[in-house]
Amino acid sequence: MFNFHVAIIGGGVIGSAIARELSKYKINVIVFEMGSDVASGASKANSGVVHSGINSAEFSLKARFCVEGNKMFQHLADELNLPLKWIGKLVIAKNDEEINKLERLKNVGLKNGVTGLKLVRGTELKKQEPHISCVSGLWVPTAGITLPYQFTIILAENSIENDIKFLLETKVKGLKKINDHFQIETNKGNFQSDIVINAAGLNCREIVSMIEEPDFNVYPCRGEYLVIDKNYSSLINSMIYPIPVEEHGFLGIHITPTIEGNLLLGPSAEYINNLNDKKTTKEKMNIIFSEAKEIIPFLSKKAIINAYAGIRCKLSPPESNKQADYIVEESKKTPGFINLVGIESPGLTAAPAIAIEVSNIVSKSIELKQKNKFKYKCNKRIRFSEMPTKEQSALIKKDNRWGRIVCRCENVTEAEVIKALSNPLEAQTLSSVKYRCRAGMGRCQGGFCTQHIVRIMEKNFNLDIKNMKLKSPDSKLFYGRVRGKKGD
Amino acid sequence: MIEKTVDIAVIGGGPAGLASAISAKESGAKEVIVFDRNSWSGGILPQCIHDGFGVEETGLLMTGPEYAEKYIKMAKKIGVKLLNETLIISFNKKREIKALNKKGIYKIKAKAIVLAMGCREKTRWNVMIPGDRPSGIYTAGVAQALINLYNILPGRNVLILGSGDVGLIMARRLKLEGANILGVVEILPYPSGLPRNVVQCLDDYEIPLFLKHTVTSIVGKGRLKQVTISQVNDNLVPISGTEKKIECDTLLLSVGLNPENELSKVAGIKIDNRTNGPIVNQDFETTISGIFACGNCLQVYDNVDLLSMDAKKAGKSAAKFIFSHKNRKKIQLKKKQTILHIIPRNGISYVIPQRISKFGDIQLTFRVKKPRGLSNLCVSSNDKTIFEKELLCSNPANINKVNISISKVTSIKQLEVKLNDR
Repeated sequence: MFNFHVAIIGGGVIGSAIARELSKYKINVIVFEMGSDVASGASKANSGVVHSGINSAEFSLKARFCVEGNKMFQHLADELNLPLKWIGKLVIAKNDEEINKLERLKNVGLKNGVTGLKLVRGTELKKQEPHISCVSGLWVPTAGITLPYQFTIILAENSIENDIKFLLETKVKGLKKINDHFQIETNKGNFQSDIVINAAGLNCREIVSMIEEPDFNVYPCRGEYLVIDKNYSSLINSMIYPIPVEEHGFLGIHITPTIEGNLLLGPSAEYINNLNDKKTTKEKMNIIFSEAKEIIPFLSKKAIINAYAGIRCKLSPPESNKQADYIVEESKKTPGFINLVGIESPGLTAAPAIAIEVSNIVSKSIELKQKNKFKYKCNKRIRFSEMPTKEQSALIKKDNRWGRIVCRCENVTEAEVIKALSNPLEAQTLSSVKYRCRAGMGRCQGGFCTQHIVRIMEKNFNLDIKNMKLKSPDSKLFYGRVRGKKGD
Repeated sequence: MIEKTVDIAVIGGGPAGLASAISAKESGAKEVIVFDRNSWSGGILPQCIHDGFGVEETGLLMTGPEYAEKYIKMAKKIGVKLLNETLIISFNKKREIKALNKKGIYKIKAKAIVLAMGCREKTRWNVMIPGDRPSGIYTAGVAQALINLYNILPGRNVLILGSGDVGLIMARRLKLEGANILGVVEILPYPSGLPRNVVQCLDDYEIPLFLKHTVTSIVGKGRLKQVTISQVNDNLVPISGTEKKIECDTLLLSVGLNPENELSKVAGIKIDNRTNGPIVNQDFETTISGIFACGNCLQVYDNVDLLSMDAKKAGKSAAKFIFSHKNRKKIQLKKKQTILHIIPRNGISYVIPQRISKFGDIQLTFRVKKPRGLSNLCVSSNDKTIFEKELLCSNPANINKVNISISKVTSIKQLEVKLNDR
């Protein structure tokens, strides 16, 4: 039986942020992730926005962690070499009636401690966002964008460098508290820990019910997105949001530029019965597109290169007109069992602040002594296509694999693909490659690079084609050889 | 930075690139280089192991790899340089090219450029198919590469969406490898691939073809499990109540091809939104002087023979351009060109060339919008018919060609091409 101080269930942005925070101390920590990579759930399927805090209810944990997290982001991004841009957000009023609502939103923001809020209109607005159709806007300069999946990946990978264990494709099947220890049963064997942190996202209730009667319900709410070709990136300069639908806490279908130059349209909001039903629907695709087109009339359907859905972990039912807050606390019934429940938007922004809160809770039962050699800094991910020619030439001279492009849409080189496949998590699915170096994320969606990446997996990493996966443990890509040799 | 000057730079080493390079070299261009990002020449041909290549052009029946080999050998023999594993990063209207390979970064100055970038397959999202996002969904061309180039079997129980030629050929190919082909689904009331492929790839193997149907849902958490197909009405909208669920592990998409012109757009070449390829004149010259276009980046061809024949003309024009350009510089004479625009009308989806800058005999290439029987092709200007020809039967799957002669009439600004029923 392996024994750990802390076991974290879930390798999403919350679990990974906590792992990274705890990796600063002299304790043994293990993270169980059931997917084939970290950021397999909502952490990869969201708008990638570092929120300001104007949308969360006053005095709520959401507002507190959001505003605190927002302030931590720049420092964290510098340490982790995470792409982060403070492009700001513009909440728009489509007609005169909506202008009053902008005022109200501004007041909530002020109360939550958000700075720099400003109402803009007329020529100033036109100059700021020439392609959008609206009458007035609330400018929120403290909102930024990042790459949500990469944030999670870097947090996890940096944790590993600081001796945290991550187990992928590992599902927690049972949880028991025996005396002072938790016994954790997984498909990869049994483990023991002093503290268990439930960061299982949508599956948080399932984890709680293994050990005590949950006093909350999860109401999964699906949000669909459309991804727009990079050619359209110049249409907007900042994030464009409609006035939020207050009762349900939905931000409405907005348009978010990504760090990489795509635009995201969405998300829709639809309560569903199944926690795992991440399908996209024709109906929502059409609604998202037409609502976005109302804001940016230049958008064309031809520009859509991908569609996906993520699921919000809501704790309040659809009929409720009050938004439930996050649950971030140690269970009263089971000491040592720390729950992070209902961490929906702005969870990405809140993650660093929640991680500190959790580390404080942990410190009450375990003494946290700083490690002497904590590796704060992460190396910058080298993006060949973004480098000056001189540096590109130097790289090719050093290793000629920098001179072979594997993904033509995003200009990703063989060296970058190999680097992505050599990650410390040992995540080696096609999606793992995509989220680390962007190969396959462009307009042809893997039409050109799939075959080349598969060859690299075979040749450089000795992966058997029968075991290659798209993203999840059961998403096998191939059925073996066409004409098998003996032993194949 | 490796600097270089060439007579003609050909972007893309598929059949169009090879044919245009050979013809440019034969027409007197000295240094002709063909750039290709793959490690092989021939583009998509090496994975097209079925036969039928070269019949119209040479009278010989070849497979794709044989056809490619013939051109590669010829190119090498006459001294065309083939530079593989080399990606063109950009080019501009001054015909300066930035390229990249394992040796480094190149800056190439070309006297003329021939664009032969080919096309790419439309994806699931170009046709907005909703549902889960499992593994097991491939474009037909990717599946073809996996099987024929890498000996990898993408799936066992396969449904194919789209009756384009690649889809039809893949139905047969997978059938021959023991896969179970559950059917080919086509949204239109007629197949979009060539009639001979419908017979040889589906009928001969009793593979069902569902016309006026499309995929409306995809189910599968890890690997694909089930696809729903529905009948569509005349506006191509799915009819509710007609859903049929098909259990399968693989969905191949053959839903159309998009000419690859990202580089052309960046350089400022004007694109025809009907063909999605560059607007060209009778010499295959784009809207930027000295840059020519051929092959599938110009228009999606239905067979390689016709493509190669046109590409040779583009290569020859490029060579000619170099010489005339030299002369023009000497005598410093620049005539203002009269440009005649060619507009597709009734029943015609597009015409190439889109503009004419000199008079005389011109070949028009066009596609019709839908299958039809006897009709009249009519080329007119200001309602005055200047050319008429009877078409026995026409099909959108086939490219049509006619030769017309245009006399020098200065009042003409545009020509209209249309089909009249008989």
